[in-house]
Amino acid sequence: MSKATLLERRSVVASLLAERKETIVVGGLGASTYDIAAAGDHDRNLYLWGAMGGAVMIGLGIALAQPKLPVVVITGDGEMLMGIGSLATVGLQSPRNFTIVVLDNEVYGETGGQASHTAATVDLVGVARACGIADSRAIATLADVEAFAQGMQDVFCGPRFASIKIDSANLERVLSNRDGSFILNRIRGSLGFGPI
Amino acid sequence: MHGRTESPSETAPEATWPEDIFAILQRFDVRQVPYVPDAGHSQLIERVLGASSMRAVPLTTEEEGVALLAGAWAGGQRGVLLMQSSGVGNCVNMFSLTQIFRFPFLTLVTMRGEWGEFNPWQVPMGSSTAGVFELSGIKVLRASSPDEVREVVEAAAGQAYNACVPTAVLLSQRLIGAKVFTK
Repeated sequence: MSKATLLERRSVVASLLAERKETIVVGGLGASTYDIAAAGDHDRNLYLWGAMGGAVMIGLGIALAQPKLPVVVITGDGEMLMGIGSLATVGLQSPRNFTIVVLDNEVYGETGGQASHTAATVDLVGVARACGIADSRAIATLADVEAFAQGMQDVFCGPRFASIKIDSANLERVLSNRDGSFILNRIRGSLGFGPI
Repeated sequence: MHGRTESPSETAPEATWPEDIFAILQRFDVRQVPYVPDAGHSQLIERVLGASSMRAVPLTTEEEGVALLAGAWAGGQRGVLLMQSSGVGNCVNMFSLTQIFRFPFLTLVTMRGEWGEFNPWQVPMGSSTAGVFELSGIKVLRASSPDEVREVVEAAAGQAYNACVPTAVLLSQRLIGAKVFTK
């Protein structure tokens, strides 16, 4: 694929979340969290500003606790690589309501654009499939993003994994709330759980 | 993975303290139980795998469990992380979540690298386990004999789940028994 056809990350995430309904969304450390914030703040957004490599496992914990709700992790290739073993853990648990989306720009954008493993050798779709996530795919067009967004609403046929190659432009940061306690309790509140 | 005996025939009669722990976890409505296997936890893991109210989640590395429990709480469930002392070092950055989210974090850690250890490779991490927890803002309680396990785990679960005080219980190698290496 030529670089000219790569998708733009903000429109990808806006499209994924346009009809999110009851979905709980976890954003990986870095630009993915800004993309989710740019698509609109929401009670059910869990923004990460640290804990690199933990996004998929946080999403898995939510998905197992709330099997009737769609749970989606949106993260980057670097964050996914740091938690690559969590794909094996997800494959084993196979929560039907769980979706992982990797926005793959093949670089560590927050730290100066150093190349990530996906630029040269690692095929994340292949890794996810080999870990037991049968519905693993690469997405290259906005039309396919829109179709995938509809599929994310399904809570019976997951888990699913998508890698979306995006351009590596560094966009203006859209800073989400970063008070973890507030973010977590806001999600719990939206699910009907109070503080301790 | 880290068997303490070389074959099942060498396994001692079932201890009662894992049953005490299981009963406490049930009473506190613990629903998600991530673990990296350890022989010291094998009896408890068996009980969890057989419990319809609990979800056992085998991990590839212990830090996954810290993140899983944060997600579980976001989704309304309590959990507990079972691991061996050597896994504690794998978790350090992920322990940040206990302070950032202030969620009820409880981990039960079987100790290696102390009390008659045969394998020197277990000693460095076993020696720093309590210190690593303390530096990470996690309270440490220890049980060294079978008759104190129930009281210690109950106190740990109480402060973790009722007060959101992140807590680790170290289950001493003296309690579990040093792994026997035979040719």
